[in-house]
Amino acid sequence: MKINEQDFEVYRTFLYKDSGLSITFEKAYLLESRLSPVIKKLGLNDLDALTSKIKMNDAAAKNEVIEAMTTNETFFFRDTHPFERFEKVVLPKVLESKPAGSTIRIWCAACSSGQEPYSLSIILKENAAKFAGYNFEIKATDLSDDILDTARTGRYSQFEVQRGMPITLLVKYFTQDGANWLINDEIKSMVNFSKFNLLDSMATMGTFDIIFCRNVLIYFDAETKGKVLAEMHGHIAKHGSLFLGGAETVVGITDKFKPLPGERGLYVPYDATSV
Amino acid sequence: MKTCLVVDDSRVVRKVARRIVEDLGFKAEEAEDGVVAIEKCKESMPDAILLDWNMPNMTGIEFLRALRSESNGGTPIVIFCTTENEMSFIQEALQEGANEYIMKPFDSDIVQTKFEQTGLL
Repeated sequence: MKINEQDFEVYRTFLYKDSGLSITFEKAYLLESRLSPVIKKLGLNDLDALTSKIKMNDAAAKNEVIEAMTTNETFFFRDTHPFERFEKVVLPKVLESKPAGSTIRIWCAACSSGQEPYSLSIILKENAAKFAGYNFEIKATDLSDDILDTARTGRYSQFEVQRGMPITLLVKYFTQDGANWLINDEIKSMVNFSKFNLLDSMATMGTFDIIFCRNVLIYFDAETKGKVLAEMHGHIAKHGSLFLGGAETVVGITDKFKPLPGERGLYVPYDATSV
Repeated sequence: MKTCLVVDDSRVVRKVARRIVEDLGFKAEEAEDGVVAIEKCKESMPDAILLDWNMPNMTGIEFLRALRSESNGGTPIVIFCTTENEMSFIQEALQEGANEYIMKPFDSDIVQTKFEQTGLL
């Protein structure tokens, strides 16, 4: 299946407008490879039929294409370092800023299949005594309904749990379910999953103490990155922290956040109360 | 340079594992069963051991017990690497002093992650 430049433009425009995904014609091969399963799933004859549906603003077809183009690469305790900083630096700093009994709000933006928010739940559970006296809310959002369904089930393959989950924590927080591993209900109940498009207004989201938005902005162009970060700034506490992916930065994108010196991938609001 | 002993009765698995640990900057040694492995450990204790479970002569778990009873046998980081993926096996391995556990099939990313998590990297 080959896509011509004209049809590519149809997909490029709608993907950018509806999801913020930014693709160039050099990535046409990626679009081609990911659209084939969509055509099959929707029972269409060929690419032309799918393109017609997109042009007609068919919501189901658009949703399927967005889901197909979304990269869901994630694993438990990905990159290790951010989770260590969360436990040892960021969360203690937040707790210092809030009175006992407060609720600490954490947002995993673009949570994919749930490994990141569940990793955070496990850290909170493992350190329950240290963080006693506070309530925690982990909000995990993603653009894709399918991936959120996967996240909510908390069922992972052997391959998925091995990519990052230390064996002692696997034994402690999972049960074996045939060839899969099921995260236990207590950890699952600590995460609230919902659908959210980062391009939408965050007005209903409230204010977060900590935001994880790792390896998401790399798929956006500079303008979209700037908009998302500016919007996030309006929904993060002054004492809050923002985690981005190791290869991402705010430098040259927005002045709403500034890097935390010596902490790669960690940012605070430009008007932070303390650093 | 840190050393890693790869213990597996499959020559192919040893070859694959050797390449992975060498890429991670380790000097690799090989043993085809627990008996050979314990002899190698007595000669020179490695920093890490990648250990199969089912092997002739001496199984992985028997080797681990023997290793941990050696005077300096508590030092190597032992990572099981086995097709035994039942919870009961994992629990037994941890009880006997394994530091990590890889369920086959595995790839270099998984080995690297386990090495990082156990402080080998």
